[in-house]
Amino acid sequence: MTQEIPAEADSSQLPRRWGIFLVWFLVLGILGVLGFSLMRAHQGPVGIGDEVPDFILTTFDDEQIAIGDLRGQVVVINFWASWCTPCEHEAAVFEQAYQMYKDRGVVFLGVDYADTEREARAYLERYSITYPNGPDLGTRISQAFRTRGVPETYIVGPDGRLADVRIGPYATLNEIINAVEGVLGY
Amino acid sequence: MHNTPPFLRILAVLLLVTLLAPVPTAAQDHEPTDDEVNAIAKQLYCPMCENIPLDVCPTQTCRQWRETIREKLAAGWSEEQIKQYFVEQYGASVLATPPAKGINLLFYILPPAAFLVGAFILLRTLRSWRQATIQAEPVVPVQPEDPYIARLEEELRRRDW
Repeated sequence: MTQEIPAEADSSQLPRRWGIFLVWFLVLGILGVLGFSLMRAHQGPVGIGDEVPDFILTTFDDEQIAIGDLRGQVVVINFWASWCTPCEHEAAVFEQAYQMYKDRGVVFLGVDYADTEREARAYLERYSITYPNGPDLGTRISQAFRTRGVPETYIVGPDGRLADVRIGPYATLNEIINAVEGVLGY
Repeated sequence: MHNTPPFLRILAVLLLVTLLAPVPTAAQDHEPTDDEVNAIAKQLYCPMCENIPLDVCPTQTCRQWRETIREKLAAGWSEEQIKQYFVEQYGASVLATPPAKGINLLFYILPPAAFLVGAFILLRTLRSWRQATIQAEPVVPVQPEDPYIARLEEELRRRDW
């Protein structure tokens, strides 16, 4: 024996069901977005062996350098800022390292994080830095690398993968040399 | 034109020169005050000093940023132009109020949507409570002509005496 549900009662339940579905959809959507944001926040910086994110650095001299075009070379990417005292400690040694390696196919790039142009240019002049440097426009490069602050240095191998990373400053020229040689001999 | 008096011609030339001369803007005429700088600075945050608006942030970076605002104001830039400049330089996260686009739209849509959904649920709940109360109220049939009640009331009246 079956009991038939009146069609009228069934149709009155429809908006209610849609309402519940919509609320659940919204709740799950918000949880998804929050979860994704948390996951990204706790992902940490780009790891060794990872492919480095693609970016284009527009230098203070209006030159455009795309990391993708540097495939086959070792690239040293240094994040710095003029207001960062530890960055000052390594600024001069980076220039020395650049002078040592510029004819050996090693590219040095300086990415100026959250800085003002006048102070950044004064900083580059003060430490006689000649390798390409440019502002991190919109903090897009630091976000792509998921940096935590400055200074941070990423050494990219010829295969476009991250070969070495230093969170914090290099204390001596030898430390930079060891890091670069390690990647060149890799 | 040949009959125009010479002084009128000179006056016309002077008027033309005055109109065509570059007009210095008001912003270039005066040094922006701290209040003017801070009015814009309080709408911005630097990426290093989370939760501290730029107008009260004591770090060197924030001082440099405030100086940039001052320079842009002195150059005649508007508030919107300056904010746009900071967004282009440092990203949209520097704005105290996120722009209403992309995922930021959630910040604008969700609170009023949550309020409306909450109000709807509250209204429905109140309505269902009210209906439940009406249904639960016992219906007492009034039977003034009931001989039993009349007799009982009579008994009670006697006892009161």
